[in-house]
Amino acid sequence: MEETIKEIVDENQEYVINMGPQHPSTHGVLRLVVSLKGETVKNVEPHIGYVHRGIEKMCESITYPQIIHLTDRMDYLSAHINNEAVCLNVEKALEVDIPDRIKVIRTIMSELTRIQSHQLFWATFGMDLGGLTCFFYGLRDREKVLDIFEETCGSRMIVSYNCPGGLMYDIHPNFQKRVKDFINYFRKILPEYDQLLTGNVIFQERTRGIGRLSLEDAISYGVTGPAARASGFSCDVRKHEPYSAYDRVKFNEVLFNEGDTFHRYLARIEEMRESMNIIDQLIDNIPEGPFAVKMKPVIKLPEGEYYQRVETARGELGVYIISDGNKNPYRIKFRSPCFSNLSVLNLISKDFKIADLVAIGGSLDLVIPEIDR
Amino acid sequence: MDKVHLGDIIKSLDSDIEIKEGKQFTEINIPASNLYTLAKQLRENHETSFDFLICITGVDYGQDLGVVYHLRSIRHNHTIVLKTRISDRENPQLDSVADIWRTAEFHEREIFDLLGIKFTNHPDLRRFFLKRSYGFPLRKDFVDDINIVTK
Amino acid sequence: MGIKGMKKEEFRDNESLELLKESGSNVLLTTVNDVINWGRKNSLWPLTFATSCCGIEMMATGAPRHDFARFGMEVYRASPRQADVIVVAGTIVNKMAPVLKRLYDQMSEPKYVVAMGACAISGGPFFLNSYSVVKGVEHIIPVDVYVPGCPPRPEALLYGMIQLQRKIETESIKSRRRRNASHDVK
Repeated sequence: MEETIKEIVDENQEYVINMGPQHPSTHGVLRLVVSLKGETVKNVEPHIGYVHRGIEKMCESITYPQIIHLTDRMDYLSAHINNEAVCLNVEKALEVDIPDRIKVIRTIMSELTRIQSHQLFWATFGMDLGGLTCFFYGLRDREKVLDIFEETCGSRMIVSYNCPGGLMYDIHPNFQKRVKDFINYFRKILPEYDQLLTGNVIFQERTRGIGRLSLEDAISYGVTGPAARASGFSCDVRKHEPYSAYDRVKFNEVLFNEGDTFHRYLARIEEMRESMNIIDQLIDNIPEGPFAVKMKPVIKLPEGEYYQRVETARGELGVYIISDGNKNPYRIKFRSPCFSNLSVLNLISKDFKIADLVAIGGSLDLVIPEIDR
Repeated sequence: MDKVHLGDIIKSLDSDIEIKEGKQFTEINIPASNLYTLAKQLRENHETSFDFLICITGVDYGQDLGVVYHLRSIRHNHTIVLKTRISDRENPQLDSVADIWRTAEFHEREIFDLLGIKFTNHPDLRRFFLKRSYGFPLRKDFVDDINIVTK
Repeated sequence: MGIKGMKKEEFRDNESLELLKESGSNVLLTTVNDVINWGRKNSLWPLTFATSCCGIEMMATGAPRHDFARFGMEVYRASPRQADVIVVAGTIVNKMAPVLKRLYDQMSEPKYVVAMGACAISGGPFFLNSYSVVKGVEHIIPVDVYVPGCPPRPEALLYGMIQLQRKIETESIKSRRRRNASHDVK
């Protein structure tokens, strides 16, 4: 017995532990089978499928407006942006002209969704590393965004606000005032986040230089979103292929070169600032007009294949629809950003300690139902 | 680079292909046996340099199975669609492109899991979402009376 | 005043809960029952178990606005041995079902289950045409309280937890074993 323990402790043997589906820090039901030598990680193997609901197969038996309610629940933190992807695809296929008012409102709601998702990322990332205060501060401020959603869309998180042809209902009369109040409030609070976590010496020791992802690896593994932009990969869909009202606003794409955990975290904080700038440019001049275009009662896409991509809070979401002329899609495929982001976890966590694995997994910002669909 | 010029370059790489203009992107139909060589050339050729694989989709066309690759070039900023068909439904096989684009590892595992297409030379082909002995749900003739509730 | 200040008479539904109270025991046993139940219901510690969207609403219930530490659910325990209640928040699929059953078996008595959200109650939006969703967590473990919604608001979850507290109040030392008889091995 003593010899066995001595062997393991002397880092001669590799042993395998299981960070099982139920774990406080894997952000959902992700199972990681980790091979360790001492405390150093040698191999990480993710096992997924613990929340695989078969959404792609289900979509083949429902109509296009009903798909909105399922894509909401795929990546629930960017629910509005997921719905926008499907709606834009359907509208592009039917060649419907969307009035300006709808585009501007969709953009404002998307940016609010992005802010709310990054707030939750900040709250849980701090909590994973041990700073429980971040959890309370982040969720306190996130409630203000959810109040805005509740007043206009009717629900806090799963908002089925988009539909093919426009929006479900018009915005509430209080919408502009509440959004402006929130932006003023949050601009003053964001430096507090920096004080609490970004400049903290323990946080910097735990995240600087950990989990480096190089630019070639990011392109080869298909990583997108803030995790890739922190390695220098310019992949923001809002800049390369603008949709909705993104072609009339000015904002910077947040790029860094180092590609470690600290810069993946910093990219999201800076993105929150850019989102607030975008909302500032749009909130005062929402054009007048209808909030929905009249569509046929039964939507049938012409035969063919259609691809649309949008920028969610985690990366590039692609919706690929193959239609054969019926009211149900023949095949629909969601190219989810977290699926490709997860594939890089094994590469970047080699030779770091197991406590760093938690930090790296948190910085990739994975939402497991989007991986499993 | 415009679509016609791109189509000509790709035709010069492999003459066995069929180029069609889809509504959005150029679509290339290629027989399954030539897929790997064309994919490798598409990545390494300087004028095309498709270094980003967006996604791989498996489709069941009724009679045969198909795989669709969406490729993008970061340098030149163009996108094409590569399609193949496999007529053998009992034992479908295709060459894996996982050593060209590393992201294909996960995508091909997912297609094997849901449609049953085996990829040769894949580093680790196992089922992803479902149990080892479950069928292939995304096929059009898949029936599961116990689990699926239909109206 | 909020939920905590509601009087017992104002919970007008679930009157059948009162019928569960055993009548006719002696004074000593009733007082001991009352003290034990008071201790149990005011310090229910939940297990960290969240599968999908309802998990975020459960986290929001622990956040400062709808704080549920004021009801005694102070800390989340990661280990099932130390937890009292498992709030099944999210969809359960066929691959996850044995894991859930194992977690429930590892919890020590007394243990309670709250099914939160439409997916845990009956499969929710994934009831039709899905090949891998378990149509309701009742197929796997016995459920005490159902909280409907997709996702339920934090106030709804708090209401569900208070109903669970009322249910615990009606327990007695003698009758607890019989309640779980349909699902337990003994």
